[in-house]
Amino acid sequence: MHRLYVLPTLIINVVIIAIPALLTVMLAFFEWDGISEPIFVGLDNFRALWDDSVFWTALTNNIIWTIIFLIVPIAMGLLAATMMLVVRRSSAFFQVIYFLPVIIATAITARVWQGMIYSPVTGITGLLQRYGIDVANPLAETSSSLYGIAVVDLWHWWGFLCVIFFAALRQVPSEQIEAARVEGATFIQTIRYVLLPGIRPTITLMMIMTVIWSFLVFDFVYILTQGGPAYSSEVLSTFAYRSAFYDLAVGKAAAISVVISLFGLAATVLYIRTQAKEFDQ
Amino acid sequence: MNMSESRLTHWIVHITLAVLLIITLFPIALMFLNSIKPSAEIVQNPLAWPSEMRWDNFSRAWSDANFGRTLLNSAVLTAMTIVLVCTTGSLTAYVLARRKIKTWKLLTFYLLASTTAPIQLFLFPLYFGFARMGLINNPIAVAFVYTAVYSPFAIMLLRTYFLAIPKELEEAALIDGASHWQVFTKVFLPIVSPGILTVALIIGLYSWNEFLIATTFLQGQQQLTAVVSFFLLSGQYSSDWGVIMAAALIIVLPIVILFILLQRRFIEGMAGGSVKG
Repeated sequence: MHRLYVLPTLIINVVIIAIPALLTVMLAFFEWDGISEPIFVGLDNFRALWDDSVFWTALTNNIIWTIIFLIVPIAMGLLAATMMLVVRRSSAFFQVIYFLPVIIATAITARVWQGMIYSPVTGITGLLQRYGIDVANPLAETSSSLYGIAVVDLWHWWGFLCVIFFAALRQVPSEQIEAARVEGATFIQTIRYVLLPGIRPTITLMMIMTVIWSFLVFDFVYILTQGGPAYSSEVLSTFAYRSAFYDLAVGKAAAISVVISLFGLAATVLYIRTQAKEFDQ
Repeated sequence: MNMSESRLTHWIVHITLAVLLIITLFPIALMFLNSIKPSAEIVQNPLAWPSEMRWDNFSRAWSDANFGRTLLNSAVLTAMTIVLVCTTGSLTAYVLARRKIKTWKLLTFYLLASTTAPIQLFLFPLYFGFARMGLINNPIAVAFVYTAVYSPFAIMLLRTYFLAIPKELEEAALIDGASHWQVFTKVFLPIVSPGILTVALIIGLYSWNEFLIATTFLQGQQQLTAVVSFFLLSGQYSSDWGVIMAAALIIVLPIVILFILLQRRFIEGMAGGSVKG
């Protein structure tokens, strides 16, 4: 009888996620405006994407985003987390502050940065300009818009990694650390040879999640620039969203979604493999 | 663990942590500071202390963002999601933690995979399907979407709480003639209630802050959530940034206070669900 206990979860999940996901895969081979009858077009949607420069920009931006997020927030998180081990007593305080941006809604974080920092009228950028310092609003330039958004997401995100790494570091057996110290290892050597290897599984998992999440990034791009100016900050998820709801090209949007999923798939397989180990305990 | 370091190391560590602290707090401080400032002074200098406290920014934000209505919408949607996730999630977590049968592994894989599926993979057919069934602008339908999206996370977290319960407890209850349902409700649920509270907090935070699904499915003036209403308000060209920051604070402040009061639960829950699986 207890098998029935999983039914509510399963039914909700299948109806909301699995069936629509399968429909998306099918729709990728159709032309559809969301209202009239879908028309089967074979691989036309994918061919159109192949010839679409915006698609390539978006894909490149997703890859750049993945690389940035594999390096910067993980490095920041590891740095702060190891340092928090040194200041044991105040670490709880730092942890709470660093975590604050994680709990603030993305829409609000985006607007605070947009209006109070990046804006040349109401923000810090404008203030600096009035003092004669040559800074531009990064969101308004095609060369820097993606990085301007990435900074906001970094601010929002790195604290989460820091807290996770800190929790993992505290699990490293203290005998290992003390042994290293007795043998005369410096702080840096202790990090390099004891602490980092000790939390490698956590770092690996966070890197896998970073790859998955980097292809899902939506909120900050959509709110800060809508993918502009001139598609310079477009990512696959905003590209798909606009195709579906602004251009009513649902088939094309579905094709983009399939591409997003394919990129996440390798990471997803790795994720399930690492997580499944936990389930064998 | 004891990490006694040289004086120099201590200095470097403290300075680095302090710099990161300032980077973290700076935008939040700007939000607080400018929420009580007249709009003209924000244009002059967003860093300056306001010459007069404009508390009416808050009352204007309240009416401009229709918070009387939209905060209530958010609260109702959040509450429905919490109830749905906790009830369906604890049932599934109980089975996954207690029954070791091959098919449960399949279910686990499926749930793990669905946590990594991009929202865009199911959003478009779901939207047009809901539109055909008249479910757009229906908060109950959105609560079900949130439940589908968040429950795998909740199940993974709850599962660890169920695993911590000794097998003997269940066996003893079954020998005494209790049914599986009674074991679940009378024995297990009270023991895992701290876990359910943690899940409720985190799922509550996620649904309160959620943007993409809310902005897609709830577009009617009367159905907007507080976050989407804030997004629309702050997107207007004639906006007064003092009012916008006041509106931001109204949404953020309850969350921040709750977080500071229950920080341990939040942090362990968010870290536990995504790390330990």
